[in-house]
Formats: sequence, C-alpha cells, structure tokens
Amino acid sequence: MTEIGTARRRSEDARLVTGRTRWTDNIAPAGTLYAAFLRSPYAHARITGVDAEAARRRPNVVAVLTGADLAGEQGALPCAWTVTEDMRNPAHPPMAVEEVRYAGEPVACVVARDRYAAYDALEDIDVDYEPLPAVVDMERAVQDGAALVHADLGTNESYRWVFENGDLDAAFRDAPVVLERRYVQQRLIPTAMEPRAVLCEPDGDGFTLYSATQIPHILRLMLATVTGIGEHRIRVVAPDVGGGFGSKLQVYGEEVLCLLLARRLGRPVKWTETRSEGNMAVHHGRDQIQRLRLAADGDGRVRGLKVDLLADMGAYLMLVTPGIPLLGAFMFNGIYKMDAYSFACTGVFTTKTPTDAYRGAGRPEATFGIERLMDELAAELGLDPIEVRRRNWIGHGEFPYDTIAGLTYDSGDYEAATDKALALFEYDKLRAEQADRRERRDPVQLGIGVSTFTEMCGLAPSRVLGSLSYGAGGWEHAAVRVLPSGKVEVVTGSSAHGQGHETAWAQITADRLGVPFEDVKVLHGDTAVSPKGMDTYGSRSLAVGGVALYRACDKVIDKARVLAAHLLEAAEGDLEFTAGRFAVRGVRDAGVTLQEVTSAAFAAHDLPDGVEPTLDSDATFDPDNFSFPHGTHLCAAEVDTETGMVRLRSYVAVDDIGKVVNPLIVEGQVHGGLAQGIAQALYEEAVYDADGNLTTTTMADYLVPSAADLPAFTTDRTETPATSNPLGVKGVGEAGTIASTPAVVNAVVDALRPFGVTDVPMPCTPERVWRALRGDQGAGHASAEPGAAGGLGSAGGGR
Amino acid sequence: MIPAAFDYARPASLDEAVRVLADAGEDAKVLAGGQSLMPLLRLRLAYPDALVDLDRLDGLREIRDDGDAVVIGALATHHQVLRDPLVNEHLPLLARATATVADPAVRHRGTFGGSLAHADPAGDLPAVALALDAVLHARSVRGEREIPAAEFFVDWMTSALEPDELLTAVRIPKLGPGWGVHYEKFHRTAQAWAIVGVACAVRRVQGAVEDVRVALTNMGPVPVRASAVERFAEGRTLSRDALRAAAAHAADGTGPPADLHGSAEYRTHLAGVLTARALTAAAGV
Repeated sequence: MTEIGTARRRSEDARLVTGRTRWTDNIAPAGTLYAAFLRSPYAHARITGVDAEAARRRPNVVAVLTGADLAGEQGALPCAWTVTEDMRNPAHPPMAVEEVRYAGEPVACVVARDRYAAYDALEDIDVDYEPLPAVVDMERAVQDGAALVHADLGTNESYRWVFENGDLDAAFRDAPVVLERRYVQQRLIPTAMEPRAVLCEPDGDGFTLYSATQIPHILRLMLATVTGIGEHRIRVVAPDVGGGFGSKLQVYGEEVLCLLLARRLGRPVKWTETRSEGNMAVHHGRDQIQRLRLAADGDGRVRGLKVDLLADMGAYLMLVTPGIPLLGAFMFNGIYKMDAYSFACTGVFTTKTPTDAYRGAGRPEATFGIERLMDELAAELGLDPIEVRRRNWIGHGEFPYDTIAGLTYDSGDYEAATDKALALFEYDKLRAEQADRRERRDPVQLGIGVSTFTEMCGLAPSRVLGSLSYGAGGWEHAAVRVLPSGKVEVVTGSSAHGQGHETAWAQITADRLGVPFEDVKVLHGDTAVSPKGMDTYGSRSLAVGGVALYRACDKVIDKARVLAAHLLEAAEGDLEFTAGRFAVRGVRDAGVTLQEVTSAAFAAHDLPDGVEPTLDSDATFDPDNFSFPHGTHLCAAEVDTETGMVRLRSYVAVDDIGKVVNPLIVEGQVHGGLAQGIAQALYEEAVYDADGNLTTTTMADYLVPSAADLPAFTTDRTETPATSNPLGVKGVGEAGTIASTPAVVNAVVDALRPFGVTDVPMPCTPERVWRALRGDQGAGHASAEPGAAGGLGSAGGGR
Repeated sequence: MIPAAFDYARPASLDEAVRVLADAGEDAKVLAGGQSLMPLLRLRLAYPDALVDLDRLDGLREIRDDGDAVVIGALATHHQVLRDPLVNEHLPLLARATATVADPAVRHRGTFGGSLAHADPAGDLPAVALALDAVLHARSVRGEREIPAAEFFVDWMTSALEPDELLTAVRIPKLGPGWGVHYEKFHRTAQAWAIVGVACAVRRVQGAVEDVRVALTNMGPVPVRASAVERFAEGRTLSRDALRAAAAHAADGTGPPADLHGSAEYRTHLAGVLTARALTAAAGV
C-alpha cells in the first residue's frame, strides 16, 4: 500500500471548519450552570476583604465563592518538573486566598443559571485590596533589595540550573573573535483559535470533565492528585479542541475549580473564557533575557559558547514552567561543532501571568540565540552567513554525532537542505539586488536572513526525562481493534487538537494492515475510550504515538499470521503478508485476507489451541532518542528606511523532517509554524506597564498576523530518515516556528547593517526599526504611557 | 458576547426611530452595523440602557446622485460603498480609503454612517469626510440639520450629534476633473487600525497645484485637516520636491496620541513621510 506518503485531505476538517462538532462550549447537559471568574485588577496585592453578599442576592445566581471559601478543598496546582533539588516552588492556589500575584488571577467566582447573570453578578462583588509592589522587570527582580513576589521565599529566584561541557576558559583564551550579545525573547500570548472551556458533569459516583485541553490523560491524574478524588472516579474528555500551541498543556485553576463546583453543587458547571480573560490568564510563552558570549577563530570556526539566561516564570510555577528554558540548554549549540559550551539559567518570579510551554518551548529561544550569533559572526568577519555556517556545521558524514550539549544527533544532511534552499531562494540574485539597493541608497533596503536550524523533538525518551527530574515518562500508547466486519478502530493516547491525527493515523493503519483508508476510525481524547496516553506536545505525536500505532499494527499482523497459517494449513514462516492478504510463498492461489482471518477469529469455531478469538493489539513506544528535524530557512525582507516598516518579500523553507506520512498536513504545519515564528519576529508582544498591568488584553493591541500580512511561502523538503524509529519520522509541529524567527530578524538586521545597526529588539515594529536607524539601539520597547489614547478605545474604532 | 442588560428597539421607520431615540434618553445607543459597538458591549466598556437597532430602515441604505454631490445613506455598508459606481466615479478617495477598512467580513456589516458617528480618530473614514468637505445630515424629533464635517468631530469618540439625533445621510461634493486622490494608510497588520493615515486630493492645473486637501487619521483626538500643508502646497509647481517640502508641515499643530503601536514622536515623523507619499501619489509625480 502507498497510504504513507499520500497527500490526503484531512477527514476531520469538514466538521472542524464548519464548527458542527463538539467543542466543549457546544456541550450543554440539562441543568448546566455557568461559572464566571472575578480576576485581580492588581499585579500584586493583599486581599483584605471580599463582600459578595450583593452578588449572592442577584437573580439566577446559585453560588458565589471566594478563595477563602474554597481554601480547605482547592489544594495547589501542580508543577511536574522539579529542575533542581532546591528549586523554590511556592504553593499555587487555583483561586487566590490571601494575596494576588498577577493581574488576572482569579479571586472569586459566580455560578449562575446563565452566563449573563454570572457576569452581571461579578460586578457586584467588592474586593478590598492592599496594593503591594509589582515586580515586572526580571533584571531588577534578581538584584539585592528587590521587592519580592513571594515574601516568604526571601528571593525572586526559583532556581539556577547549569550545564557545562569542555574547557570554556581555553576556548575564550586568546580567541581572535569574541562576540557578546544580549537578546530579549519577548513574552508571547499563545492565542489558540478556541479559547479555553471546561464543563464538569457529576456522573453517578464520579465526574466527567470536558476540557479544551491537549492533555486529557495528564489532566485526569493531576485533577485526582490535587482534589483527592480517586482517579477512577474522574473521566476527562478532550472533545474537538481548536488549537493549543502548548497553552493547553496545562492544569489550570479553572479546571480544578469547575470540578470542585460541580461536586459542591451536584450540577454540571461550565466555564468558557473570553478572549481578553484568556490573554491575562492563559499561560504565556518565551520571556527570557539571553546574555551570550561566543568565541571564534579568525576563519569563523566557533570555539566556545557561553549562555546565561534569565527566564521569567511569572508568579508561579505551573505544570512544566521551570523546565521550558532548560530545553534550550540542548539546542543553543544548534547544528554546530564547538569545543566548549556552558549554559546557565536562572528562573525568576515576577508578578506576571505564569509562563510555560509555547510552540517550540525553549528551542525557539535557543535557536534564535545561536542563529543570530552566526549572522553576527559572519558580519564581524566579513563572511557570507552561509559560509560561516558551512565552516561550523556537522558534516553529513559525521552522523551519528555527539554534540557539545550532550545529545546524539542520529542523522541529518545540512548540506543538502541548504543547497536546495539557496537554489529556490535565488540567493545570489537577491544578494546582487541588495548590493544594488545599497549602492543606490534606495529608501527601501533589502535584507537576507539565514536560519539553519535543528531541534529536538519526539518528546521524549523516558530515561532522559528521568535524568532531568521530569515527573513522568515520554512513551505513547496505541491500540488497534479489528471489528468483526473487518473495519478497524484505532485508539491513540496522543490527543489531537488540530494536528490531523484522524487522517494520518488512519493512513498508517491502512498502510500497515492493507485495509482501505475509509475503513479506519481513529478514537482519541477521552480517558474512558483511550485510557493510556501521554498526550500531545513537543512534536511527539507521530514520532512517538505514530510509532506505537505502527507497532500495534505489527502485533495485529502477528496474531493474524498464526490464525492464517492454521486456516491455510501452512507454516507461519511460509506466509507473506501484503496488501491485506496472507499468501503462501510460492503458491499463487493459496491465501486468506485479513478480513477472512478476522471473521474466523470472531466466529472462533476453529481456533488453534491457546489462540484467543481476537486480533486486537496494543503497543507502547518509548523512544531511545529524540528526533532531530532540521532545515534551512531563508528570508528576504524589504525594510522601508523612512517609516521602519518591514515587508517580507520571499521566504524559502526547506525542512528535513524525515519520512512523511501526509505531505499536505506537513505543509499546513510548516505554514502555520512560519506564521507564528514570523509573528514573534515582527508583530506579537505581551506588554506590561510599570504597575504590572497587561496592556495587550485584546486582539486590537496584541497583533496576530493574518494571511494578508504574510508572503507566499516557498516550501520544500529533503528527506533524511530518523534512525531512532521504524517509521523514520521526526516531527514537524514546531519546526516552522523555531526556524523562522531568527531568519526574519537576521533579514531585518542585514538590511540595516550599512547604517550601523546590529540589532533590533523583537518584535521589530516599524517604530523600533526607525529608532534603530536613528542610532537609538534597544530603544522603543513598547510601553503604554499613562493616559494613552490607544488600546481599548481603539477597539471600538471607526468601523 | 456577554454584555450587560439593555432594552432593545427595532423601529420600522425613520419617524419611529427618532421618536424611540428621543424617548430612550441620554444613555441609548444606536446600532447600525455593530462592528464598533458590539466589541464595546462585549468588553462591557459601554453600558447603554437601550439599543435602537436601525436594521429595518432600508431607506438609509441608498447611495444617490444629487447633482454636484453624491449622497450616501448612513446605513450603506462599506462593501456597498466600495462597489458603488457613483462613489467610484466621483469619490474615488472614499473608495480607496474604504478598501483599507478592516477586512471583508467587517466591511459587509459595518456602515459608512456608523463609522463617522463613532468618531474614532483612528478610523479611516472621518479623515476622508473631512478632506472632502462632507456635510452630515442629522435628524431628530426636533427636525433636521446639516453639520459640516469640520464641525462634526468634536472630541475623541465624540461627534456633534445630540443624544436624540440620528445621522441619516452624508452629502459629499463630487471631485471634478483634474483631481488626483490617494489614501495612505500606515498600519502594522492588514486588520489593524491606522497608526497614521493621510487622505489626500490634489487638483492639478497646467503643471501647478491648484487645489489640495489633506486630512490626517489618528494624529489627534479628532481627524485633522493639515491646513499648513494645503497652504504650502497650493499654487506651487507640481514637483516632488515642492510637495515634499509642503508635507514637512503635516504634523503642524497636531497632538498625536501615544499608544502601543507608536509614540507621539514617531507619529509626528510618520505624518510627514506619509503625507509626502500621499501628495505625490495623488498628484501623479
């Protein structure tokens, strides 16, 4: 069969695109009550009193509860990654009790018979706050005498984590070139299409909790742990989920609270967030300050790299908050060889929304650092940025390669991807045009940005997670059920939220079992249906869950072979299985289809001794190694030097993600990933004012680009199969995001180099580019001035 | 969409509409296309006691020829304006600016009258109305009156309409032969509001600038007529340098806002650059 590799249209899209499906908010059991949360308007304050009497008296209000009311049962939200033994992990109540530590933290909730009544009642709750100092700036937060986010900790430092390999002092000693740079990874808001939503329904002696989550299995375990309700009494369903990008890889307070409210009230309780509520309370991404030092020889060969990070945790450590920047520890060396490397990261508490995984999670930040540095090194030495990379990257013949960061890259072909990208991009032609524009002093300058990235994905080998003190394994589970009619149900522990599992998993199954694609149904996202799983994040679904499915299919074939041999009165060793049929080698007509074997198993009239009447099989896959997608991305940016506006003229992405199951899905992932990475480079930024108020609470202020703002992407692939799994796949969910941010910023800076510009802080807004051109480097960080006319006022603007 | 409670009326005629509006008092809001009001309701930034929905007043959707002017019904949608032959022939500046408003979905619901009455200085069309010397027709139970665009935009999000007044139509003088127009909108994403916008019309006669109108979007609490630019450009020879020199006065007398998308200083700079571009584009030099 050739299902694997076929560009099938996604079978789930019709229902997802039309919305005629089960989004959590669409599910409304009889008697559902609606919850709404009152959120702190302060970044940091002591709660001195809450008066909810007026709210309680409003019509249709069933209950009003404060943090104090729930203090005895709400427990603390979990952090599953204790990155150092002495990591400080303050208790994180789902609803604030005594103190609020970020604007948007829940302080009370109303449960009412309809959403309008709930929101009306919120306005009648009076909370007395005693403001405490906001802690907004990470660099100031770690200085002596800084105001504290958690007074009892005595410090704003959560942890310091260090990795060192090689003799860094030797690498820097007498190095002909030493670069020092400070890059800021601005804070981002994940902005999934579907906001968060939770519905918890009491169900006999247990609860069914529907949530727009990426992690139904992990959520179930964590809800049990936090609330003390038995895991077997909680069923978690992730119905169709409209995107997550890591933001739904979380155990949120609202999920715990809906469960507690349903238990208290004995009624289904639903909560769906508004977009502005989500901007404040969905965990944020990125937010780190990178101090980088790179030592190189005069020919551009990198000798050593020193990375020192401040990573903003926000107010609390959430599910994997502290570990996110540390994923970068293994990636700052990129695709390059070097003699010495050190990485240190300090996790810092601030009075801001907690951070956690966001598409790429630690790897985009690291890739940005090294890829910006490689361009800076090229500029410093007057070399072409491609040439500098060639002199440093791991050659195709050197795989498997043990990197300075302690990983073993199993495979890769950086030469092939780069050659293909250069040809598609017409690199030389664009360089000629750039020279011409510089010569003519064209007000619109052309910049070319390079990003030759790799990433680690297919999270993750359980033993590696163990060595990093992560609280769980990284395996994935799949089950294949062959129904009596020969149709097939596939159960996967990987929980799709837009990735297209239903199509890709059916393709793998059809390919392996030789059944028609249409005969396969993929089930996921319900702990009662797929009890085992590690869910979806870190580009792991195919490289881990897809491989589990591949193995489960093999087990089905193995079981069927025993029965087929019995039916054909042949030796198992003489059977060949192709296109869904067992045939006796050398005997043309002697054969039996999988369908016939299934029927025989179901009837069970004539089974060999000890053979069970089923072909159903399951498998769990735990990879030995990560997978390492890589690629070469090239970006051409036109920069208007009069206004500072950046326009992307062309973008070439050549990715090597190993074997491909569905090229159409891959294309979609690359396009979306590029858009999100470009968004970080040019558009998006969560901005806090000096008092710790988030000023980008609406989509008028937090600019997410649309198709109209992006160039037509040129995408292509090289194919170097991963050796770490039998499918040869690597993962593609994050590649575009990881690669594109530095490609774009490198292009912007490249355009401006003749003007002495060496950096533009992200996002490279027109004003920042303009200021950089005026020699105002590093200036122009967004800030909302008091009394500014923008923001919500303009949300109503002129339409 | 979880607004606070409000009364709702959907009058069947203009007479009924103004009566309902008069009865509803000071805290009523008029609902046209809803593309500005709905977000304010949703965010609970507006708490009207009552909404008066104009949806049934089909008579206010008409765009008609009125001799030396085109009269656009207040409820004509942006999409309708964009497609209208009269607008395209006689008011190409309006057509161009309208094409930059938000996105197709918004343009199909949002109305020309609504965006003027909303009086957001970041909106594109108030500046166009100002540049084209539009006259806005208002009606109430007390009668009808005409308000020139220059007097219509009173303050940030505040028009000259009284609480009981309804904007019914906008009369815009046709631009005759010899005029070139341009709307230069500077925004970070396609759907974002203008950081600065420049609406510009230039009449050329024998190699000279005979007449020029320039109005600025988002350079103050109301749309601003760049009178200094007009003064410096009029009567000059038609050249890029002359127009650029005039454009350098674009920000004269303005008080641009500062927000997440641009500081006042940056907007001041942009006004000059964009005005030069708008002028040269409109003049075709």
